[in-house]
Amino acid sequence: MKVKYFAWVRERIGKSEETIEPPATVRTVDDLIGWLAQRGETYAYAFETPRVIRAAIDHAHVKPDTMIAGAREIAFFPPMTGG
Amino acid sequence: MTVRIQEADFDTAREIAALSKGRTDIGAVVSFSGICRGSEGGGSIASLTLEHYPEMAEAEIMRHAETAMSRWPLLGLSVIHRVGRIHPGENIVLVVTASQHRQAAFQAAEFLMDYLKTSAPFWKREEGTAGAAWVEARSHDDAAAARWTKS
Repeated sequence: MKVKYFAWVRERIGKSEETIEPPATVRTVDDLIGWLAQRGETYAYAFETPRVIRAAIDHAHVKPDTMIAGAREIAFFPPMTGG
Repeated sequence: MTVRIQEADFDTAREIAALSKGRTDIGAVVSFSGICRGSEGGGSIASLTLEHYPEMAEAEIMRHAETAMSRWPLLGLSVIHRVGRIHPGENIVLVVTASQHRQAAFQAAEFLMDYLKTSAPFWKREEGTAGAAWVEARSHDDAAAARWTKS
């Protein structure tokens, strides 16, 4: 699946998108955050406070307990500050 | 219904006129302009850079615009949100709503702005005298959006 990062999540990880293949044990958005956070220092820094991270699956907001099966694109970003 | 995300500035008067031109059924037009301030919390701001998630931003604004159209008797609706670098005094966002009577236009404009703030994927980065920093979300914006789901 494709993952995209925005704002300071993107800056901390150092990339705006990538393709990942998490193991089958990674079932929810929260699981995925935990899995990504273990990929290295930059990821650990980006996801150090999971509760502030917002996620979207295929362009729609989702909650941490949402299942990721079937997702084509998952995005992680900080709380939004537009408008 | 018009939803646009663009780098270029827009002409508020022209957008208002475009919504009501040649129509005699519209009795009220409300417009809200969000403008870049030159200072925040005592520090001065040189510029703002707005990042967004293009596909989702458009879908999210469209979804809330459709909700507004179904919730209030609107006769027209335009939302324009800029991205990229914006300087103090420049436009950031515009919401224009048109209806027969003022209440619907006022309420729909406020509803749209409250949701744009909390659920449209845009992020502001401030560049100022104290360096550059991502703007933090405010809890009162969440509270403002939440009141539309009550009652």
